Amino acid sequence: MKKDEIPQDPGALAKLTKEVCYAVDKDGNYVTELSSGWDVKATALGVAWKDIEARVEGARQKVLSKESSPLLFFMELRLMDMNILAAYTGFWKWQIKRHMRPSVFEKLSESKLQKYASTFEVTLDELKTMKVNEG
Amino acid sequence: MKVNFEHLQAAHCENGVTTNLLRTIGIDKMTEPLAFGIGSGLFFIYIPFLKINNGPAIAFRTRPGLIFKRTCESLNIPVIRKKFSSREAANNFLEQCLRNGQPVGCQVGVYYLTYFPKEYRFHFNAHNLIVYGKEDDNFLISDPVMETVTTLSSYELERVRFAKGALAPRGQLYYPKEHRPVTDEQVRHAIRTGIKRNVRDMLRIPGNIAGVKGIKYTAGKIRKWRDKLGLPKAGAYLAQLVRMQEEIGTGGGGFRFIYGAFLQQAHGYIPDDRLLDISKQFTASGDLWRTAAVQASGIYKGRLSSQQDFNTMSDYLIEISELEKNAFTELSKLKLTT
Repeated sequence: MKKDEIPQDPGALAKLTKEVCYAVDKDGNYVTELSSGWDVKATALGVAWKDIEARVEGARQKVLSKESSPLLFFMELRLMDMNILAAYTGFWKWQIKRHMRPSVFEKLSESKLQKYASTFEVTLDELKTMKVNEG
Repeated sequence: MKVNFEHLQAAHCENGVTTNLLRTIGIDKMTEPLAFGIGSGLFFIYIPFLKINNGPAIAFRTRPGLIFKRTCESLNIPVIRKKFSSREAANNFLEQCLRNGQPVGCQVGVYYLTYFPKEYRFHFNAHNLIVYGKEDDNFLISDPVMETVTTLSSYELERVRFAKGALAPRGQLYYPKEHRPVTDEQVRHAIRTGIKRNVRDMLRIPGNIAGVKGIKYTAGKIRKWRDKLGLPKAGAYLAQLVRMQEEIGTGGGGFRFIYGAFLQQAHGYIPDDRLLDISKQFTASGDLWRTAAVQASGIYKGRLSSQQDFNTMSDYLIEISELEKNAFTELSKLKLTT
């Protein structure tokens, strides 16, 4: 990449910082230069987030149709998977799978629910109703 | 308390932490490309059956932690590295280091890293930063990918040091144990070791999923993605490839440009002009990776959709594989004894 070809497109990272790129100057020597972003990768990140939004929405529908408990919704909303959720809550994966059944979820003790609520950073009420600020 | 420390921005977090920690013990000649090359950072691997964020597991650099370890080892600098089971012990140890005037490298998770933009906060646990002081309840943080220094409250820092999931940091911290002078001869030796090890990793690693063979393997996979996964998912997979290749930390072109810069700087220590020529080959490879990224973006933006477009993408990777095979073969033939 040539120094004057380093893209300076807007990107999400630009809110925080410009990033260092390596490129060659007109004499062929490597130099570093700051870049605000590149459209090609900004779109790639956008694709990842669109995928996440679809998964969250899919989970929400599953909860509404009683196929799953709200845990599935919050797991997707917080970009987690079974392994990560198990690590943060201290439950086993098979327990979490059980807790994702609406009938089991409804009978969970307050203390178990609180573990999930703390992990997802929501209140018990929000955990049960899925009414939460998703921003 | 605040220790003597100079923040220098880097492309990649581990390169930056390594460079900045070594500079604080007086090794002013350390640069990001040198740390990356001496640590044999350039790599490629596609791990089938493993999914990361529901996409393919692809890496353009070596395993986290290795660059710091190898660079210090090659320069004969002893290293302290500690993990903790207790959060309190982890914090006490860190504060003790700071009281002793020692800036400390920490492995952290990104998801709860409050100063990162939301779009970048995934459950990725192999980010690195330096803690160089504490004022009231705030730790002073040098995150090498950022232009300026920042702070984290003690709660925020503890949280990212004890992030959970794959590669959980478990409070891990590290720093060079003692101040030792490093001669140019030692740097020359370290450069040779770094290059040899990188040649081994890219050309001679067993199996077909890693090194230059791994790039070819990925080319074969991409050719089949359209039929096997359907267009939307194939596009998402390509987007993930591009993110691994270009997102914060690679310096562009999947670290190939940093490696090109390393070979140029190596020439300053070992004046063999073939290094400059091979550096150009890595520049060409990085450029081709970026050309491939543009092709991939045509697909995930929905502008390109035919099998021919996937074939073109695949052909780029085959060409890159050949290019890097030649470059590393030439590197392996250098008798870097001067």
